[in-house]
Amino acid sequence: MRPAALSALTAALAHTGNPSSLHTAGRAARRTVEEARERLAAAVGARPSEVVWTAGGTEADNLAVKGLFWARRTHDTARRRVVVSAVEHHAVLDPAFWLAEHAGAELVLLPVDGDGVVEVDALREELEAHADTVALVSVMWANNEVGALQPLDDVVALAHRHGVPVHADAVQAVGQVPVDLGACGVDAVTLSGHKVGGPGSTGALLVRRGLELTPVLHGGGQERGVRSGTLDPALLAAFAVAVEDAVAERDAHAARVGALRDDLVRRVLATVPGATLRGPADAARRLPANAHLTFAGCEGDSLLYLLDAAGVEVSTGSACQAGVPRPSHVLLAMGVGEDDARGALRFSFGAGSSAADVDAAVAALPGAVERARAAGLSTLVGV
Amino acid sequence: MRVLAAMSGGVDSAVAAARAVDAGHDVVGVHMALSRTPAQERTGSRGCCSIEDASDARRAADVLGIPYYVWDMSERFEQTVVADFLAEYAAGRTPNPCVRCNEHVKFAALLDKALALGFDAVCTGHYARVVDGPDGARELHRAADPAKDQSYVLAVMGPQRLARAVFPLGDVGSKAQVRAEAVARGLSVAAKPDSYDICFVADGDTQGFLRRALGEQPGDVVDEAGEVVGTHDGAYAYTVGQRRGLALGRPAPDGRPRYVLAVEPVQRRVVVGPAEALDVAQVRGDAAVWFGDVPPVGSTCAVQVRAHGADVPARVVAADAGAVTLDVAGAGLRGVAAGQSLVLYDGTRVVGQATVSTTRTARDLVGAEHPAAAGTHA
Repeated sequence: MRPAALSALTAALAHTGNPSSLHTAGRAARRTVEEARERLAAAVGARPSEVVWTAGGTEADNLAVKGLFWARRTHDTARRRVVVSAVEHHAVLDPAFWLAEHAGAELVLLPVDGDGVVEVDALREELEAHADTVALVSVMWANNEVGALQPLDDVVALAHRHGVPVHADAVQAVGQVPVDLGACGVDAVTLSGHKVGGPGSTGALLVRRGLELTPVLHGGGQERGVRSGTLDPALLAAFAVAVEDAVAERDAHAARVGALRDDLVRRVLATVPGATLRGPADAARRLPANAHLTFAGCEGDSLLYLLDAAGVEVSTGSACQAGVPRPSHVLLAMGVGEDDARGALRFSFGAGSSAADVDAAVAALPGAVERARAAGLSTLVGV
Repeated sequence: MRVLAAMSGGVDSAVAAARAVDAGHDVVGVHMALSRTPAQERTGSRGCCSIEDASDARRAADVLGIPYYVWDMSERFEQTVVADFLAEYAAGRTPNPCVRCNEHVKFAALLDKALALGFDAVCTGHYARVVDGPDGARELHRAADPAKDQSYVLAVMGPQRLARAVFPLGDVGSKAQVRAEAVARGLSVAAKPDSYDICFVADGDTQGFLRRALGEQPGDVVDEAGEVVGTHDGAYAYTVGQRRGLALGRPAPDGRPRYVLAVEPVQRRVVVGPAEALDVAQVRGDAAVWFGDVPPVGSTCAVQVRAHGADVPARVVAADAGAVTLDVAGAGLRGVAAGQSLVLYDGTRVVGQATVSTTRTARDLVGAEHPAAAGTHA
């Protein structure tokens, strides 16, 4: 955790009080929550009243997708179409699939190009054909796996032309690229604390004024009745500090990790046969802290083990609950073959990353790839 | 040694991994994900394959302080073990999926991958002993606890792969001892129930699993004379030697119980008859694996033909690198189903393994007095 967030957390933890209580301790707790709300809102171009606290990005995504669907459908039962990109995080995809299976929604997956960027023409066709029955559009700010920045300006312009609200999951984007609710035109934006050096289990949905959401969590009516549940002032104070600092340091941070990332990609492509960069090759079109590479003929879990043993910590796509690496739905949507998708590694850079880390990864990779290739794919294909 | 400990999430593999750590090996825990659509919770007596099991394995690795990974072996498992299981039943044989898993997944795909990634051996919680033989070759022996011995399902791996296997539980006196050791080590899986069902049949209903996968294939149940005595919904649901669940409308003329003598899926026919028609005098096994030399014709050994049965005396009638025929007349072997593993022992030492292809009864061997009998039960 960022030291500033950690001290905000520990300082606030010393005080007890339920921010919903009306007595002195409750008012003090409420003040902490509201100050956090103001700081967070200011950092991302929102008004304080547009911040709905959640217990993380996943909850905020669920609230956006389900809440918008239900609210829109309440006013017009014909609005059943939930339009999401094929490369969304599971926190958006799965609620959308769930609505289709259990709540009468029609799921529309927007295709992406080979770089993982949403095809705006597909959205245009969808809206021109079905604008009257679309409940919402959800396209992430930047893809969490391959780092591709999404054409949100075009998405918003198209959707708004047809009166359709847009949600964007910006969990990966905050602190790496500018995220500003006022400027972007997006109607609902998901944020998460742990991705910016804040505490886990903190998140927020920025909800543009006037946008109606049906609650997912019902109860005491906190957060304007949209999200019930007692708030934790200490966690929220730390979350707000983390977002504030991440935004303040964004340009310097992006330049620093972007240079490390570019160095890693250049050296890996030069030294490791069969390595392919996934996502946009143009650094300006992807998140600076992200590098995503596939290694032909390798199983990602073999590479992960070998690199982990060498002290290099990487991810294989996105792990499911049991920790089983599956070919990523993002890569498959980009048209990458299933075998190539198995050999995928995501390299993420953070505040603690250094040039020495890049050197270690570049030193370990050629041997690891050679070994993993010898171990092959755990299928009988080609055996 | 750098040892990969296969951790199912059960108590045996957890204690085995702990013992490998104690022995001074550099141990890494790996849980094989064998199902593409794992259930959240362990159900009944399944011992693996759920997310709960993966999480149990992870917690055991935490306690041991070893790295832990989940490797996706689901495709290989599906292609070899599950597909083989269905194909064998469809062909009227009775497969042993644990043997197939050891042959194609644990001591094949997993071991090969481990070796390629720089490991020296794979450690599992199987109950069997690996002993250095007089000529330097490693021998597979029954476990110290005969009640838990699993050499029967391991023999298929053969001598080369055995050289890369570590079974730390081979010398324990009892399962209770393993559980006590797990408690002492602070492993939360200490009291986890034993598994004995087929891991990929989620509800334990093998017949239902087969019916869903293979469809209904109704046909006749006939006696040895070919007389129709009942009907069935699928010959694959029957196993040679089976007595229960035949659901025959009328009793046999002599009033004696009837058993499945043969399963003939092509004709959609199940042949039933008296118990003595199941007395096996000779058994032939194919796809043989030998630990050492092929045993000479005329030599004696002991043979075990099912996972939870005792071995019986046998005499080698014919043997070569790929097949073996054994004389087991008078040994009391009854109803040996094709597809089962047969394992030859010399005392506690595994001599070889093969898959039962055909059996002959004493009557078959005498001649053709009973032409209506299923003859060579294949």
